[in-house]
Amino acid sequence: MAGTIDDRITLGAQSSDQVPEVALPLLATLHEWVITVDHKKLGLMYIGGGLIFFLVAGLQAATMRLQLAVPDAGIVSPQVFNRLLTLHGTAMVFLVGMPILIGFFNYLVPLMIGARDLAFPRLNAFGFWLWFFGALLLYFSYIGGGGMEGAGSAPAVGWFAYAPMTETPFSRGHSTDYWILSILLASVGSTATAINLIATTFSMRCPGMTLNKMPVLVWLAVVDAGLMLVALPPLAAAQIMLLLDRYLGAHFFDTQAGGSALLWQHFFWIFGHPEVYVLVIPAFAFASEIIPVFSRKVIFGYEVMVAASCAIGFISLGVWAHHMFTVGLTPAGNAFFVTSTMLVGIPTGIKIFNWVGTMWGGSIRLRTPMLFSIAFLFQFLIAGLTGIMLGVAPFDWQLSDTYFVVAHFHYVLIGGILFMIFAAIYYWFPKATGRMLDERLGQWHFWIFLAGFHLTFDTLHFAGLAGMPRRIYTYQPGRGLEFPNLIASIGVIFQAVGMIILVFNIIRSLTSGKVAGKDPWDAWTLEWSTASPPPEYNFEDLPKVHSRRPLWDLKHPEDPDWKYE
Amino acid sequence: MVTARRSGYTVTVPVDYRNAIIDDRPLNNPFGTRICCAADLLLLRKLLLSRWSRVAYVVFPVLVAVPAWAEDWGMGAANRQIARGAVFSPASTPASAIATLAWFALAITAAIFVTVGGLLMYSVVRFRTRPGDDQREPPQLYGSNPIEFAWTAIPLLIVFVLVLATIRTIYDVQAAVEPPDAIHVRVIGHQWWWEFQYPDLGIVTANELHVPLSDPAHPTPTWIELESADVAHSFWVPRLGGKTDLIPNRINTMWIDPHQAGVYLGQCAEFCGTEHAMMLIRVIVEPRPIFDQWVAAQRLTAVAQDAVAHGRQVFQANACSSCHTVRGTSAHGTYGPDLTHLMSRLTVGSGVATNTPEHLKIWVRDPARMKPGVLMPAMNLSANDLDDVVAWMVTLK
Repeated sequence: MAGTIDDRITLGAQSSDQVPEVALPLLATLHEWVITVDHKKLGLMYIGGGLIFFLVAGLQAATMRLQLAVPDAGIVSPQVFNRLLTLHGTAMVFLVGMPILIGFFNYLVPLMIGARDLAFPRLNAFGFWLWFFGALLLYFSYIGGGGMEGAGSAPAVGWFAYAPMTETPFSRGHSTDYWILSILLASVGSTATAINLIATTFSMRCPGMTLNKMPVLVWLAVVDAGLMLVALPPLAAAQIMLLLDRYLGAHFFDTQAGGSALLWQHFFWIFGHPEVYVLVIPAFAFASEIIPVFSRKVIFGYEVMVAASCAIGFISLGVWAHHMFTVGLTPAGNAFFVTSTMLVGIPTGIKIFNWVGTMWGGSIRLRTPMLFSIAFLFQFLIAGLTGIMLGVAPFDWQLSDTYFVVAHFHYVLIGGILFMIFAAIYYWFPKATGRMLDERLGQWHFWIFLAGFHLTFDTLHFAGLAGMPRRIYTYQPGRGLEFPNLIASIGVIFQAVGMIILVFNIIRSLTSGKVAGKDPWDAWTLEWSTASPPPEYNFEDLPKVHSRRPLWDLKHPEDPDWKYE
Repeated sequence: MVTARRSGYTVTVPVDYRNAIIDDRPLNNPFGTRICCAADLLLLRKLLLSRWSRVAYVVFPVLVAVPAWAEDWGMGAANRQIARGAVFSPASTPASAIATLAWFALAITAAIFVTVGGLLMYSVVRFRTRPGDDQREPPQLYGSNPIEFAWTAIPLLIVFVLVLATIRTIYDVQAAVEPPDAIHVRVIGHQWWWEFQYPDLGIVTANELHVPLSDPAHPTPTWIELESADVAHSFWVPRLGGKTDLIPNRINTMWIDPHQAGVYLGQCAEFCGTEHAMMLIRVIVEPRPIFDQWVAAQRLTAVAQDAVAHGRQVFQANACSSCHTVRGTSAHGTYGPDLTHLMSRLTVGSGVATNTPEHLKIWVRDPARMKPGVLMPAMNLSANDLDDVVAWMVTLK
């Protein structure tokens, strides 16, 4: 055993230029990826899997926009449309957002805290494969969902699947069962990863890295994992209750037998609102690493940033019923959730201010990751402000369940999270592959996608204000909805072109991108101290750190960070 | 067993692969296989420019465009006669209260956007590197307690003001006291149509809600109870008020007091299944005398004309009568809309088509043609029976 390890170390990846390499046959390569427990490979598999489902669910969205481009269109039937919207929503949250973000944390957290892997590598692999097969189950419903009735079908209940539409009288066949099982498996996998991330950060940090010296990303990973740990079990519980309803005649949500439709809504949103933060906190995490590096400045107000993140985590557990302002809560109930919802805006605002504070007085390098980060700041600002409007309960009585809400949360999910995922891809791609993504293509991707995003989602706010509810497969002419819908659909073309450029860029750069070297961005955290791609064991010798920016200390021995922290 | 060596670690390849061709090209991506090369791109280019794909470029848009302009069953023209406007053109007290609060929230958020967005824009423009800048690192600033305090305290104050204004409007709308002259309506959501019952007046109608104009001096608001017969729905007419959900096993309430006569458009706002999109609402606001005339007419039983007696028989003898009620006949079904005064409505199929004899005929023959997924089956009547039953329905004024 010791011999093997020695062997690996002498072959260390930093000397990859000299050692002649041998490509394995495809099957052996695949086998190697399937049996791996390496956090980096699992991270890349999460991200790659998420991106593939992103393309699928994105095509589903494009089909819906094609149908909605003009009034009374007959491109897809209402049944097909409702399946599209259900799978698009479910997939984008559970099959795209969660795995990509978990994948990044998987990849980065051990590297950034100077560890050789997560605390429980096998649990990590277990979580990935639970997610993977759960994800396949969801799409398998297209084939198996019809069950005994013959023709296959996917669920058509919407991604939050309000009771009692999921009960057997309204959802026959097995499509809804696939939906339930898929989410159940994915949520169990994510819970396992959350435990893993928390255990890793609390027990595997390298010498010198106190909690107070962890990179902001790692702090946010802890907050994120904590939220997952609290938010996912209610979801799993609700799915199990629903299964009991459907198969054993329990009556949790079965209104025809006296069950409560509202109970489901509470369960779902007790998960669902923290879930929004589970998805957006990784975006905060990427921004907190990328903005300082490209502004050439230390993050402004580290302690306040960390405190604000924890505050967001806590407050977000008490705001769920703002998704339910229209269900007829009491005025006092509404007032409570208005207040808690508004309060969450304060730490969020603090974070935006601190990012601007980081850029202020810096020397900002407008490379692709920074461009996406700046767009993220703008768009997340707007998303936050429309969120405030939705938090004003009476305004929400008008806006809830309209395209205004659709536009708002796509501003969060695309304008906020997806833009930061793009930034993170451009930023960490060189670390994971050893090659840079092409900067010119990156800029094309950025500007075209930006144009498409704004064409689509800026206009959809106005469709909502004009009276367009969400989840309608068509609308009639003469109601003032034609123009915003046509513009929104045209925007999709730009977004698609942007995505094609990204995919092309990734594929081309994998084989012929510029060689990156250890530290292409002149960055400061530990992952940039090892080779690109990092060897399986991450670090030859475990690093020892004295500050939050160990590489800054190395590069500036005359003015190290630890003097000021 | 053979051993292949890759950067960083050693992999033992199982014996089965021994005879496989081991590619000795330099490893140039982390997956260890070649994913895309120039030849693939040339092939793709050839494919995209080939004659057959050029045909597809023409055929595909046509295929997409042809079904795109489907029949609107007269609804486009009908909708255009109705005054535009939604959230920000309120015509009722709750909607006005919401719009006022909304403008206030918009003003605050706009001010925040201009301030923060401006700072962000300024810092990007001002502090970006330009060609020729020296490569030295800028001064490192670790934070500032007074600044952090300021940008915590100011948002806290803004939130405080906004929360107070919001709570006040919540109570204004939700805790309003019902005046003695209020009209009562029970709204029952069905997949995918609306049932409107006036318990005090003994009227049942569907999809088009008639309410009296409410004079601010002598308010006659309409107090609405919302219930559901199946899944969750949501009642939303933007110009008259916010939406309220209809949830099975639960009674919700809302109120409107329209002070402008006219027709107001709305629709179901909670996803309720296949035809959620075509669960439309029209609210018809009339001056009190006209409303009273409408009430009087609705209370009558259906007219019986001998000329169309056969159509009536067909209706009663077929499954029609087990779902629909026509008062004055033996049809007492409650699963579908009450048709006693069908022709007093502007639309059929919960707003899917204008209410003309031609549209009624298409609807009765095959409702799914207008509204795919509708729960009413195609009635499979003979051509004569169909003509007669529609002729009779047209008399249900």
